[in-house]
Amino acid sequence: MRALLNFAIKNYYYLLFILLQAACVLLMVKNRSFQSTHIINSANAVSAKTYEVVSNTKEYLSLKEENQKLANENAKLKNIMRSSSYEFISLKNFERNDTLYKQKYTFFPAKIINNSTNYRSNYLTLNIGRAQGIVHDMAIINTEGIVGIVKDVSENYSSALSILHKDVKVNCKLKRDGSYGPLNWEKDDDYLTATLTDIPIHAKFKVGDTIVTSALSSIFPEGIMVGTVKHFERKSGDAFFTLKINLTTQFRKLNHVYVIKNFFKAEQDSLELKSQKHDKDDK
Amino acid sequence: MINEVTKNIGRFIVLLLLQVLIVKNINLGRYFIFFPYVLFILLLPFNTNKPFVLLISFIYGLLIDLFYDTQGMHASACVFMGFARGFVLKLLSPREGYDESHRPTLAFMGAAWFISYALILIFAHHLVLFYIEAFSFSEFFRTMLRIACSTISTFAFVYMLQFLFYRSNSERLA
Repeated sequence: MRALLNFAIKNYYYLLFILLQAACVLLMVKNRSFQSTHIINSANAVSAKTYEVVSNTKEYLSLKEENQKLANENAKLKNIMRSSSYEFISLKNFERNDTLYKQKYTFFPAKIINNSTNYRSNYLTLNIGRAQGIVHDMAIINTEGIVGIVKDVSENYSSALSILHKDVKVNCKLKRDGSYGPLNWEKDDDYLTATLTDIPIHAKFKVGDTIVTSALSSIFPEGIMVGTVKHFERKSGDAFFTLKINLTTQFRKLNHVYVIKNFFKAEQDSLELKSQKHDKDDK
Repeated sequence: MINEVTKNIGRFIVLLLLQVLIVKNINLGRYFIFFPYVLFILLLPFNTNKPFVLLISFIYGLLIDLFYDTQGMHASACVFMGFARGFVLKLLSPREGYDESHRPTLAFMGAAWFISYALILIFAHHLVLFYIEAFSFSEFFRTMLRIACSTISTFAFVYMLQFLFYRSNSERLA
């Protein structure tokens, strides 16, 4: 026992080094488990507040561009409004709580206050959180396309995984013929591109075709713009095409986004989990 | 001595803010990334207690993590760098040891000494940081290239910062 104690006193510098590294590893491992609550991330009050001040300042620099984007969207929405059709029916005749079309998605407007594009795992911070009704696993889009998925929420902020994150997979399809596969952000992709894998070889498409989200994802609504086909290849011996996608979202200019809540997500997920569990029991 | 402590605290705060408010927004692609905040650990006085270097590096790294959304990654790299610092100082020590009145800066120790000192430690820091970030060896060479490029860019930044803030030192020496 005394020998051990002597050893510890003699080498306390090395033990301190190992102890501190162990603390770092512990923090990193805790971050990897999906639903744990974290003390240290940018949803944390101090850093989030700092970033909000910086973002508010930066917003002025891109006001013109943001205005243009919003004007474009307004024009698009005005075009599909009933009032722009010939046969005008007063909106009073319609109730929101429709029995034919139950509301499935709702959109929260939000602002990106922190963003990165240079790392293998990129994160976003949003200026809304639990108090505004955000929970984890909600989709984030903007007027140009998909942006990310909410991961952690605090009272007034939330932290999200960007599409430019090595672990994010979103199921997407070719708009032309409906073949689908997972969209990944692979090691040779930069902030403008992503990779769509597992497209069957009988699928019909060409360079420039549109890629949208598929109905398979319980997070993203169907038909959200993702990008266009840049080029494609079939590795020797593979029964699938691998497609390089040009993302339409400008990840370095993110500012205003929408967070999407799916009212039926919990129901869908628990049902799927139940049948997967039955399957396991059978085996 | 008091003066030296205040100077280091000031450097701590200024470099932290410089990193998270300004340098974090510099985008030169995925290969050239700047982490000039490591200058703080480089410039700690020669006679700083070694366990204290580890502790202050850990705290400093955690603060950077707070702003980068990376629990423990920067802290781990900083602790490793603080650990390596002791060995590098011993390795590069002049025959008669370090002069107590000197500081590990470009102006005091000369270009050759500072370049080898800073390059080795910045490389050690980036080596840990980038491999933890990639978390796999399947991208071994790509990560190695990123480390090499970022070491150079960080070093260039650190070198230029020395000219900005330590001109008075060289004038005094001349």
